[in-house]
Order: sequence, then C-alpha cells, then structure tokens
Amino acid sequence: MRKLIGGLVLVMVFAACKSNTAKVLPIYGNRSAETKTVNGQQVTDTVYQTVPAFQFVNQYGDSVGSKNLQDKIYVADFFFTSCPSICPGMQRNMLTVYNAFKDTADVKIISFTIDPKHDTATVLKKYADKLGVSGNSWWFLNGDKDKVYELATKSYLVGVTQDSTAAGGYVHQGYFVLIDKEKRVRGSYDGTDPKQVDQLIADIKTLKAEPISK
Amino acid sequence: MKGKIIGTICLLAFFAMIYSCQSDASIEYSRYYSAGAVVYHDHCRNCHGDKGEGLNGLIPPLTDTAFLKSNKAKLAYQLKNGLKDKITVGAKAFDGTMPASGLSPIEMAQVITYVTNSFGNKQGVVTGDEVETALKECN
Repeated sequence: MRKLIGGLVLVMVFAACKSNTAKVLPIYGNRSAETKTVNGQQVTDTVYQTVPAFQFVNQYGDSVGSKNLQDKIYVADFFFTSCPSICPGMQRNMLTVYNAFKDTADVKIISFTIDPKHDTATVLKKYADKLGVSGNSWWFLNGDKDKVYELATKSYLVGVTQDSTAAGGYVHQGYFVLIDKEKRVRGSYDGTDPKQVDQLIADIKTLKAEPISK
Repeated sequence: MKGKIIGTICLLAFFAMIYSCQSDASIEYSRYYSAGAVVYHDHCRNCHGDKGEGLNGLIPPLTDTAFLKSNKAKLAYQLKNGLKDKITVGAKAFDGTMPASGLSPIEMAQVITYVTNSFGNKQGVVTGDEVETALKECN
C-alpha cells in the first residue's frame, strides 16, 4: 500500500511538471513544404498560410493596412455599425481586450466593416467615439467590399455574406481572430462569449512571449 | 423526544403554509418576472448587457429608473416598432436605432416587468392587458 501511494505521488509530481511547460499556440490554415538551397545545402521548410497584403482606410481617414501591422500581434473581427444582432455584444467584449492592451505598442485590434457603403470613415469615427475608443490601438477599417469578404473567408477564416433576409442585411460570424507577427492565424475565439475572450487575452500574452522563429 | 420531532414537523408545515399563501398579485408578478428574464436573455441582453448596463455611448443602459418611470406608457410601443429618435437616458444622449423586437404583447409585458424590476428598478408588474391597451392608444 505504501509503495502504491509512493508511486502515485511520483506520477502526480511528474504530471504537475508537464503542465509547467510553456503553452504553444497552434498555427491554423494550409501549409506546404518548400525546399530551397541555402549555402549550397538543400533545406526543407514549412510554409504557413499568411494574411495577404491589404490597404484600407481607418476611422481617422488615414490609409493604413498590412504594412502598419508588420511585427504586430493583432486581433481581427468583422462587424458593421448598424448591426442589430451580435455586434454590440462582440464589441463590448472587444473593449475588454482593448482595455487590456491599449498601452501595449505591439498589440492592435482591427475591426473590418462588412458594410463599407454605409460605414464611411466619418461613421466609423463616430462609432469609435461612442464606444469610448481613441488613439491608434484599435482601428475600424473601411475597404473594398469584395476584398474584405475575401480576406474574411479565405484568410481570417470567418464566414460573412450579404443577405437581404437577415436582420440588418448581413450574416457574419462573431469570431475574434488572433494573428501573430508573421501574419499567421494563431487562434479563433467566439467574440460573444466572455470566457473565450478571457482565453484570447491569455493567449495574446503567450504569443507575446513566443520567440520569433525567423 | 417523539413529541419534539412532531412539534418541529408541525411548525415546519405551518411555515410552509404561510409561505405558499402568497397573494395572487405576487404570484402574477413572479410569473411575469421569471418569464421576462428569459425573454430579456434571448432578445435584449446582447445589446443592453447582462446587468442592463448598455454600451457606453452606443446603447443606453436600463438602469435609469426615472426614465423608465416617465416613459412607462411608451415602452411597449417602442418594443413593437423600434426606436429611431434621439433619447436622453441618464443625462446622456443616444441617437442610434433600436430594431423592432418582434415580441408578442404578452412577451413585451413579461420583459417590461423584468426590466422595470431589475438593475435597481422596482416598479411592479405590467400585465399583458396593460400592454395591449398601451399599444392601442399609441396607434
């Protein structure tokens, strides 16, 4: 019996040790192997799916895009200001993320409008003001609709469609997508669920501590 | 010993009887209130928040007792048709749009009862009949 307890304690100690190892976030999307020649030697590397370059207009009327997100961790979501359904809850939760990182230079939030015709820079600025968002850590971006929809579905892996039968005229998923400094998708969280948003905040901290692989 | 046990049981039964003897009015209130909590959760909470706190300058809070009291007659109409006009709640102006709720009159009565008796409000029951009358008067 004593041996058994001793063994059990040993197992528990090891189990505890294992959970202490640093958590690594998964890398989402397609990947491929690329073989190139480095210093005369064949090297095979994994190439991950990344978010392609884009250039849109933010709530201040400035032209900004992927260039400004170089070497930044950011959270992306898709919304529209006149959204009667899930957006207010999402943006309420995003405010928690904003408040946690607004003074952190390398963490940003990007909200893409899926109704660019209505949500001009002026409308987005008014929305940001009412939400209590200032400065440049959270941008609301207005861009070409087809481009935004393509980015959403292909790169950020969030479903969005225009549907005149839906409340507000659009159908979209409420995911918050976490992008690392190398433009790769590292997490996706239900933006309407405060518990998942807490996890997102924890994962941003994990990601910040991750060494750059390049 | 036996007497003590019987005595205790009798006492418990007596209190249970008093407790179950709520007035019809308070039963009606409880019924409206608890059904209203479900309606609120499904139709209102996402924008107005778990605690009726609203969302900064975008969505008004439901904690302004004075506003709710002075607008009580209009609440059903606003739920039915939505809201576009500028309103002032808690000394803050709001000019956004509230969509029509799509609720039935009885659900409106339930959720109005819930809201006007939660988040620091205490204004009693609003019945389905009252909502029907209010809607007729507004039309």
